[in-house]
Amino acid sequence: MPPPLIHLSAITRRFTVGDETVQALRGLDLSIAQGEYIAIMGPSGSGKSTLLNVLGLLDQPDSGHYLLDGRDVTGLDDDARALARREKIGFVFQSFHLVPRLSARENIELPMVLAGIDPAERTARVEVLLRDYGLTPRADHRPNQLSGGQCQRVAIARAMAMRPSLILADEPTGNLDRHTGQDVIALLEGLQAAGATLIIVTHDPELGRRAHRQLHMVDGEIVQDGR
Amino acid sequence: MRNADLLQYAARVVRGGVVRTALVLLAMGIGVAAVVLVSALGEGARRYVAEQFGALGTNLVIVLPGRSETAGAGPAIASGETTRDITLDDALALQRSLAVRRLAPLIVGLGAVRAADGADARVREGPVLGSTADFLAVRNMTLAQGVFLPAGDPHHAQPICVIGRDLAKELFGARNALGLWLRIGDRRFRVIGVLGKQGTSLGFNTDEVVIVPVAAAQALFNTEGLFRVLVEAKHRDQVPQAKADAEAILMQRHEGERDVTVITQDAVLATFDRILGTLTLAIGGLAAISLAVAGILVMNVMLISVAQRRSEIGLLKALGATAAEIRHIFFSEAVLLALGGAAAGVAVGLLGQQALIAAFPNIPFSAPWWALVAAPLTAVVTAVVFTVMPARQAAKLDPVQALSKR
Ligand SMILES: Nc1ncnc2c1ncn2[C@@H]1O[C@H](COP(=O)(O)OP(=O)(O)OP(=O)(O)O)[C@@H](O)[C@H]1O
Ligand SMILES: [Mg+2]
Repeated sequence: MPPPLIHLSAITRRFTVGDETVQALRGLDLSIAQGEYIAIMGPSGSGKSTLLNVLGLLDQPDSGHYLLDGRDVTGLDDDARALARREKIGFVFQSFHLVPRLSARENIELPMVLAGIDPAERTARVEVLLRDYGLTPRADHRPNQLSGGQCQRVAIARAMAMRPSLILADEPTGNLDRHTGQDVIALLEGLQAAGATLIIVTHDPELGRRAHRQLHMVDGEIVQDGR
Repeated sequence: MRNADLLQYAARVVRGGVVRTALVLLAMGIGVAAVVLVSALGEGARRYVAEQFGALGTNLVIVLPGRSETAGAGPAIASGETTRDITLDDALALQRSLAVRRLAPLIVGLGAVRAADGADARVREGPVLGSTADFLAVRNMTLAQGVFLPAGDPHHAQPICVIGRDLAKELFGARNALGLWLRIGDRRFRVIGVLGKQGTSLGFNTDEVVIVPVAAAQALFNTEGLFRVLVEAKHRDQVPQAKADAEAILMQRHEGERDVTVITQDAVLATFDRILGTLTLAIGGLAAISLAVAGILVMNVMLISVAQRRSEIGLLKALGATAAEIRHIFFSEAVLLALGGAAAGVAVGLLGQQALIAAFPNIPFSAPWWALVAAPLTAVVTAVVFTVMPARQAAKLDPVQALSKR
């Protein structure tokens, strides 16, 4: 068996607000193989987003170990984690997080600009992404000129620009109507079918059922891990 | 991130925030324009003085009665003793020096001047100079009409004079002044020449003077002593020799006493140059302080920008931007704003300089090169320095916090 893409052992994350401590993650153990399709579900405040942020190297656990691609990334400094995010991880957010002054094309190009990729190469890759996501006619529109569904497609194209092996989506359909949401999910599933690992946080049981593996969280713990 | 992309990204931000960009450009522009304009003023004054001294003559050595400890400070009344006069013969003796090309003794007084034929009885109180034939050449003056004082024995007080243009017009109106007579006090002089237009030189309007033979001036003002002796050295290099010779000759003639002051034009000019140069630098520095004030504005604008763009910064971090890259984005913005402001400021400053030149054509206003380099440079450095804090704050933002809407 190949080593898992992600291996968490005894991960904890605490937040202190005033003199009260919130245990957002209580000693999680979790293994995820390359290419899996996982839905994380659970009540509000159960720690789903916190787990996703730890997996995406945006947040650091207070204790425990995180192996990504066989490498221990728990103690990496900020810059090393930034580089790992750039190379390996694509994020999709509930509120899209597009840069309002930039066009759809430029938003998609942004990760490659940050990575210092050659402009000619960038342009070629952006054109392909625009076409794949049906955004070519909207390429020069700014986010405020796009519908929610189009915005989320731009965000997904952006997440895919650096061809990450891990896609993390925190309630990607939360701001979309049912129909548009299903389109977006279909898009993400297509990426997973092409080999990427897909982890989606969702409140929608129907969407959750489409995943190949469901993690149920309650109060900072995974109470159910089913396929 | 590539530098070109960094600049392009920053340019988009700068173009996006019209109000904040305009604000910073204004502050930076005012600072830079102030430096350019103020230094143009100072430099103009410095050059003006230099030109005025230049108009006095070339390679001049000036001998004046009285001993002054510091050359260039003018005649000193250091001791209570009355100083000994420099006589006409003292002056003529200076011709012995091989370094001297020519010289002109000078007496200056005020006289009541009027036309002698009674056509116009108005009396004009004006400067009367007594000198010799070489005065014209020593002072680099020109004649408009007639001839200057003739060469010949300077002890001979001929009743002739050369007058300034404006005085000629005032005394004789449209009439040709040559050959006409005028009165200074109770003495009559015949006009043999009219000076060309010279303008003012060191506050002395040569267009209104009367120049008479030195001996006539001695009689007129009842004095033996000269006001000055203007000595022209043969060459710039000979100026120190001429000065030394003048001191030696007069010491010998005054029984070994050093009771005259000899100054060179260069020394006086250098003193003025130093004073005005320092002044220009000082006020230029004061203007630069306005740039520092602009820097504080830049810092505040940047801090607001960081606060407003929290989620963008969080996104950039999620996309893999390092802390250094985030800082560079903000520095690029600051540099772009500073360069824009500096360009606008230099343009406004130079326009202002043109306006000054139009208003005061006599004074050669000109921003010195150091101000044109230093002002934009100070603007850029100030902008970068005052962006350090906001840029660090942005780079330190926690991506999770920045991305959340909390
Ligand atoms: N930055 C923070 N500071 C303090 N407490 C936090 C912080 N982030 C999360 N928490 C707390 O940690 C717990 C887990 O939060 P988290 O955002 O992971 O929940 P969630 O499962 O994503 O909820 P939701 O479904 O509402 O998005 C919550 O109790 C939350 O209040
Ligand atoms: Mg959440």
